[in-house]
Amino acid sequence: MKAKIFASIAVVITGAILLYAVIDFPDFGDPGSPPNAGVPGGAPAASRYYIQNTYRDSKVPNLVTAVLADYRGYDTMFETVVILTAGISIFAILRVVRRDDDPSAPEPVASDRTIDGDHHRIIVGITCRIAAPLIQIFALYVVAHGHYSPGGGFQGGVMLGASFILLALSGSLRETLARFSERDYTRLAFVGILIYAGLGLLPMWVGRNFLDYGALSGLFMTKGEEMARSHSMLGVEIGVAITVMSIMFAMFANLSTRGRLQGGL
Amino acid sequence: MQAFFQEAVIPHFNFWIYVVIMMIGLWSVIAKNNLVKKLIGLSIFQTAILLLYVSLGVKEDATIPVVESGVLAAYKETSATTDKKAAPAIHPDRYANPTPHVLMLTAIVVGVATLGVALALTQMIYKDFGTLEEDEVLQKIKALHEDV
Repeated sequence: MKAKIFASIAVVITGAILLYAVIDFPDFGDPGSPPNAGVPGGAPAASRYYIQNTYRDSKVPNLVTAVLADYRGYDTMFETVVILTAGISIFAILRVVRRDDDPSAPEPVASDRTIDGDHHRIIVGITCRIAAPLIQIFALYVVAHGHYSPGGGFQGGVMLGASFILLALSGSLRETLARFSERDYTRLAFVGILIYAGLGLLPMWVGRNFLDYGALSGLFMTKGEEMARSHSMLGVEIGVAITVMSIMFAMFANLSTRGRLQGGL
Repeated sequence: MQAFFQEAVIPHFNFWIYVVIMMIGLWSVIAKNNLVKKLIGLSIFQTAILLLYVSLGVKEDATIPVVESGVLAAYKETSATTDKKAAPAIHPDRYANPTPHVLMLTAIVVGVATLGVALALTQMIYKDFGTLEEDEVLQKIKALHEDV
């Protein structure tokens, strides 16, 4: 009870200070506000440059993808590394590997729910089995079409991971792990980062800056540097999607089984 | 009172909502005893920040930050006739600010990943102490130290 009273006092004081500060904030939807137009008398906001020049620089109509993968590519690369690190930490915290475990031994009956073993799950299981490939195809579309419509690597990767989680939830984790094993997703998580960093390192080969995709026009056999940027962004997004997919499924598999990767929900 | 609403509240109503959401999250982080409820509060807090950033990029009468095909066609015509550095035909006020969208896009996914780490930690706490109530965990830690 005491904690609640003190918490209420702290929250009311903090909220009052924040609400007082809000009065000086720009109006909602104001195109001339500092984040949208820049500080008065100073340089114009970077977002104005992005909107005006993205199509000239990289022939990508989706400004968000262009800023994510090209202008702020360094930031996005390390955001992906953060996700990989989160996956590694979950592995380090939870994963239980026992050497005496026999992988061919039958699982505990209570938690071993296969579609065949549990008749109540037939409709759900089969529906989700049909839905999962459709979800994956749509996720691939979201990744590949991220230049031209809302989408990209993070969104598509989360959808791909969700399709595996759906399979594990509706069927059994064991069946899903037979198709997408721990070895696979651990490797793929690193492969995604390597695709990103590798595409970033390639321009350094010819003496350009890290992540300066324009230098890759020879590799992608494009006429100008703009299309090389566009193609490199697709490659980078694929790398992000692979890492996000693997880590999302790894997180689910470890959290739902307390690191044993057996039984599951 | 009405003048206060006209000048302070209505143009900034979004920020008022975020402050309220943020304080709900902060309150549950401080006051709740259960660790999972604290995590839920942390997620609510994070949602307020995400909404704050995205709302900073909103422009009145602007559309999503994807250049429309009609504008692209016009842009191609102007860039074909003049040199590459010619004045762009794309008006910045026509599209929402893409920068906050980019920042929050990555922040959402990283938030999910860090939430997973937090859930893993709470699972280990439950495994070791048999409870998720903060005061009981603290009591058990104290008892452990007294035994040593």
